[in-house]
Amino acid sequence: MVPEFGQFALILAFCLSLILATLPTIGAARGNLLWMNFARPLSAGIFVFLALCMVILGYAFVTDDFSVQFVAAHSNTLLPLQYKITAIWGGHEGSFLFWTFMLSFWMLMVSIFSRSMPIDFVARVLGVLGFLAAGYILFMIATSNPFDRVVPLAPQDGSDLNSALQDFAFIIHPPTLYMGYVGFSVVFAFAIAALLSGRLDAAWARWSRPWANIAWVWLTGGLALGSWWAYYELGWGGWWAWDPVENPPLITWLLGTALMHSLAVTEKRGVFKSWTVLLAILAFAGSLLGTFITRSGLLTSVHAFASDPTRGVFILGFIGLTVGGSLVLYALRAPLIRNESTFAAVSREVLLLVNNILLVVAAASVLLGTLFPMVYQAITDDLISIGPPYFNAIIVPLAVVLAVALGIGPVCRWKSTSLGYLCSQLTRVAIASLVLGVLVPLLVTLEFSLSVSIGMVLAFWLFLTIGRDVVNRVLSKPDRWQALRTLPASYLGMQLAHFGLAVMIVGVCLTANFSMEKSVLLAAGQSIDLGNYDFQFNGTRPITGPNYIGDEATIVVNHNGKFMRELHPEKRIYVASNSPSTEMAIDAGLFRDLFVTLGEGRNGGAAWSMTLYIKPFIRWVWMGAILMGIGGITAALDKRYRKLRARDQRLREAGESLSPKPQTV
Amino acid sequence: MLRLKYFLPVLVFAALGIFMYIGLHLNSRELPSVLINKPLPNFQLEEVRTNTLVSKDDLPEGPFLLNVWGSYCLPCLVEHPTFMRLSEDGVIPIVGINYKDRQGAAQDWLDTNGNPFQFSVMDEDGRLGIDLGVYGAPETFLIDKNGLIRYRHVSVLDEQAWQEIFVPAIEELQREES
Repeated sequence: MVPEFGQFALILAFCLSLILATLPTIGAARGNLLWMNFARPLSAGIFVFLALCMVILGYAFVTDDFSVQFVAAHSNTLLPLQYKITAIWGGHEGSFLFWTFMLSFWMLMVSIFSRSMPIDFVARVLGVLGFLAAGYILFMIATSNPFDRVVPLAPQDGSDLNSALQDFAFIIHPPTLYMGYVGFSVVFAFAIAALLSGRLDAAWARWSRPWANIAWVWLTGGLALGSWWAYYELGWGGWWAWDPVENPPLITWLLGTALMHSLAVTEKRGVFKSWTVLLAILAFAGSLLGTFITRSGLLTSVHAFASDPTRGVFILGFIGLTVGGSLVLYALRAPLIRNESTFAAVSREVLLLVNNILLVVAAASVLLGTLFPMVYQAITDDLISIGPPYFNAIIVPLAVVLAVALGIGPVCRWKSTSLGYLCSQLTRVAIASLVLGVLVPLLVTLEFSLSVSIGMVLAFWLFLTIGRDVVNRVLSKPDRWQALRTLPASYLGMQLAHFGLAVMIVGVCLTANFSMEKSVLLAAGQSIDLGNYDFQFNGTRPITGPNYIGDEATIVVNHNGKFMRELHPEKRIYVASNSPSTEMAIDAGLFRDLFVTLGEGRNGGAAWSMTLYIKPFIRWVWMGAILMGIGGITAALDKRYRKLRARDQRLREAGESLSPKPQTV
Repeated sequence: MLRLKYFLPVLVFAALGIFMYIGLHLNSRELPSVLINKPLPNFQLEEVRTNTLVSKDDLPEGPFLLNVWGSYCLPCLVEHPTFMRLSEDGVIPIVGINYKDRQGAAQDWLDTNGNPFQFSVMDEDGRLGIDLGVYGAPETFLIDKNGLIRYRHVSVLDEQAWQEIFVPAIEELQREES
């Protein structure tokens, strides 16, 4: 009976979304205050009912209710409790419910933290989000209902959660990624509301910026977690595979990054307005594309959910309606947008334009590489595959140019900067980074490698230009300590995120160039050398987990002849699904990871095949991402937003409107 | 006041949408119709261990299996015991395509895990893989007596897949012949 309540709550949430999509938006167009005021309570209602759906589905998992199809397919009586609960997002139906629940959570946040915005704007934003929610819920009810029952006979036991998903990262990676993905719907809704009201001004950009920042932080975190998970769970020692399902979040991330920078220009200088709106639409389209690719079976990949063409048609129709509709709206409204100022050929605006162009080109190239096999098959009926060489050949040069521009951008001034000033600031920094970037790896490794040198020169360039800019800001003030403490949070956040990129460049460059690996067959007692390390295999012992059995190996690692530590990689068989799984053993370090995967036992377990890896600086890739995330949060918390919000509110309470009278649609 | 350039995004989007709609109805897990019942593409590649050149003429008489593998490929280790059993019991000849791998790593892999293949060709730049429409290792093709591709299996060929898919398919081939 309980799952039927879930079904009922889902239908109620759908009805509320339909009202939210129409009533407040019409109210905003007609100036009907009562109708507009429905937006906030409706959003809260949708959140409550979807939360109820989540609780009910979670309850079905915890109580092993295998009469629910989704539970039967993704759980098992032996599954540990934390995975029973998180199995909600372990399959298509449940993860879609979770996705929609996230959207309603963002809606609730918007309705709470929008007190300073005019009510007609809030009504339109929530109206757009309500429309999206209605579409998602309809999709669930029509094609992928998580509350569907198995009739007439329920199975005795479930078929278990995919063993690769039974891992700590599975508990946090999907929620983080979804928060980011769905967060860009909010920025999209702001853009559409602005287009509808014809009010594309600095205030709109200022309202959007913290939301864009927070969504971006979640997406950055989600991507980093996914990459870390792939690294230690899938056991191939890499951190990014250009998998067709990894690419859409990256496309969204690249567009989202471009959007954050473009929003800054729109807010500060009143230019790039129509471009910013377009980016907001595209970033949202990227997030929908990810959903479409994962859930329609369009591209085959390790991430693909069980696919069904009717689902694909539905999602594609929905994308067509939302993205197509908003692009038409954009085409009609964009010509009316006027830029408020001009800028010279050398100025921060131009550098940010370069940033935008590079990021958009990168996003478009990844999109092309991801979809090209499909387009090619549609035209020629032939199959091709596009792999890492294509993506690396395009993304690496773009990243190089981007890093060079990034060093110049923050030093530049708005509106116009003289070349002489730039040279005086940057010449010595450029020389220093060239010298350090070439010499440091040369002295450490005693050999020259062009790709390492380029990577390190860029990293030093970023470290030094960031340092130079911070020092400039502090030294120019009489009281240096005071100056350091009063640097605005948005400035600190920016520099922290840029610093994170430099750290990531170091990690990517060094791990790509200096990784070592070796596949060996070792009998107990044998050992093997790799780099400065000696790995001695001391045999295996059987282990039993809650829902698996397996073997655990003991490997003693000696560094330069001295005992360092033991590693224990495992080979598991998950009993319910009879699927094998390998658990790596990793010795993580700031400067290098040691990494062992256990293969197959030979001769009745006397000898085992295994692969050993040394991955230098791999942690820097994720450390960089963490720094970027912290930078994004810092920037979103800038006091400026709160001060201006308070001002907006005072103005509105005084009965004035901050911006010109809204146009009606 | 309308300007055409602002319609550019929606036009690009519409074109993409049309392709995605077509793409939806292409089933890429199955062999594309152009390759089914067609002979294998020609190739001339080096053998992994001996570095001798081998071509299509060196292939065993069918039916045989053509397995795409790589030393980097973890799922290949999962299906490896099945291939070892098939080759030790002499059930069916197996030829390997060592796909986008390095020779040293591939040799180590065969030494470490055992070699179920009559021989493996080195498809270092993935050319043969492209001709066969390979997504990545592992994939297994079933080739009949006349050298025609009869079935393509994407992903791991474990005992279950062998019993449920390949055994009936091979019996079907034998029925055709008799």
